Amino acid sequence: MAKKIFSRPKYLKKAVFHYCPGCGHSIIHRIVAEVIEELDIRGKTIGIPPAGCAVLAYDYFDVDMAEAAHGRGAAVATGIKRVLPDRIVFTYQGDGDISAIGTAETIHAANRGDNITALFVNNSVYGMTGGQMAPTTLLGQMTTTTPGGRKIRRDGAPLNLSDMLGLVEGSVYIERTAVNSPRNIRRTKKAIKKAFKVQMANLGFSLVEILSPCPTNWKMSPVDACAWIEETMTSVFPLKVIKNEVGKI
Amino acid sequence: MSEKVLMSGNHVIGEAAARAGCRFYAGYPITPQNELTEYMAGVMDRLEDGIFIQAESEIAAINMVIGASMAGCRAMTSSSGPGISLKQEGISFLSAQELPAVIVNCMRGGPGLGNIAPSQGDYFQATRGGGHGDYRNIVLAPSSGQELADLTMKAFDYADEYRTPVIILQDGMMGQMMEPVLFPEPVDLKKLPPKPWILDGADGRPSRVIKSLLLDPSVEEELNWKLARKYEDISNEIQDAETYMTSDALLVVIAYGTAARIAKGAVNRVRKMGHRVGLFRPITLYPFPRRSLVDLGKSVNNMLVFEMSTGQMVEDVKLSMEGSSNIHFYGRPGGIISTPYEIAEKIKEIYVKIS
Repeated sequence: MAKKIFSRPKYLKKAVFHYCPGCGHSIIHRIVAEVIEELDIRGKTIGIPPAGCAVLAYDYFDVDMAEAAHGRGAAVATGIKRVLPDRIVFTYQGDGDISAIGTAETIHAANRGDNITALFVNNSVYGMTGGQMAPTTLLGQMTTTTPGGRKIRRDGAPLNLSDMLGLVEGSVYIERTAVNSPRNIRRTKKAIKKAFKVQMANLGFSLVEILSPCPTNWKMSPVDACAWIEETMTSVFPLKVIKNEVGKI
Repeated sequence: MSEKVLMSGNHVIGEAAARAGCRFYAGYPITPQNELTEYMAGVMDRLEDGIFIQAESEIAAINMVIGASMAGCRAMTSSSGPGISLKQEGISFLSAQELPAVIVNCMRGGPGLGNIAPSQGDYFQATRGGGHGDYRNIVLAPSSGQELADLTMKAFDYADEYRTPVIILQDGMMGQMMEPVLFPEPVDLKKLPPKPWILDGADGRPSRVIKSLLLDPSVEEELNWKLARKYEDISNEIQDAETYMTSDALLVVIAYGTAARIAKGAVNRVRKMGHRVGLFRPITLYPFPRRSLVDLGKSVNNMLVFEMSTGQMVEDVKLSMEGSSNIHFYGRPGGIISTPYEIAEKIKEIYVKIS
């Protein structure tokens, strides 16, 4: 008898993703749903989608979902988690949400050691609004608001929020991964699972930054977008464990 | 505390909030309301299930309150004018997502950084919504220490019952002044009505979403009408005002909060001179107590609105009366505290012309 080896994750709703072809969000959604299933935490998980491309994440995850205002995910997560400390609370945020308008909320939640998990999807542009410059846009990168490329004297250099968060006392696990290859996707899943386990063990603030392709706004084919992450983006945002104070978990 | 205690207004709100079952407070320091934040730090520390967070910003504080409210907790934040401006994004979200919360505004002189003296310049901000979108807040205006306690307790019930943010609009005078207060007994948290909508993990039930993004305009329109119907119910059910010496009055002074305290002193002064003058004091600013004011207008043709602003509530008075009364106005903005003598002089000026 044939054995089923691949199916829709149990906790992804039967909805069609609105994401563009080649977008990394679909992959990351799948991974998160798999992790929730494998850790058997569906009944106690509360997710917080961002304002951004993933705002509709509540249409996909079959867990309780709390929409936050743009950038305020960490503060909303703090409120929920303090009231319900035995639940698993994660934010799912884009680069603009977490490292521009929500920088303060994120740094202070990490500094307080709030026992939440942030999933930080870095695609180096504001996707939903049409491809404007993000804090993570690379120098020289063309966006709709940097038509001649990002210039350091005018726009500043790419902001490395994850490294900044590594410096604060309350963060315990921060890793940067990517979803541009099967190998990196497996690593991303491992990192997200670890981040959730850190929270389940009540150890403190955890974050996984995920470099994710945006073929639409990068004006590339999906294959080229994955290659661009490998060849260009990782030279500014290298894939690595930024902070690990929890050892193996 | 089954006997009267002498407490400052900001402390009274804190104590009443705890007694109302508030177990989550997030706030940011700003004068003249710091005593409330400090009181909440102490009281939450003493309560086994109390949560206090000094937030990194006003915006973070209101969003933490949003999270706590989503998780089912009675939650409060407080600030003063400039901080309340920053919280408007969150208050709009609370309204759209139909989440209960209590927000205290200890008004100070403005606009801008203004000063820390008592003022009533935030009436429009509180009663018109304040943030973006088509929504209103329940706005309560206490004018004594006892009322700070009673209305704070009520604010949490209203917030839960109507699933909407409630603003307690006080000012630096109310917050700092000490008065004797008799506190109601603490509510039993277990006896509060259940909240079948909260986000606490979809254990053995379908998952829930609390959101306000409604991309389909017909769905967004329906939310707006749903909120409008709710505000209509609120308006029918909770309008509240105090009348003082109005039965034979030819002129009625209309004032709320601190201004009403001053106006009452002025009414007493002119009554001693034999002038038939009364006071109408709105206790709910939204909904504005239109019904009782219109009733009063059947026998009183002249009204003097006194506000510690350049004139904001006076618009609601005019909207309520629809031209059927002569509406006079006297205001002192910027943190000036009028004396009863000053208001009495203004009353006399009008009274001699109408009597």
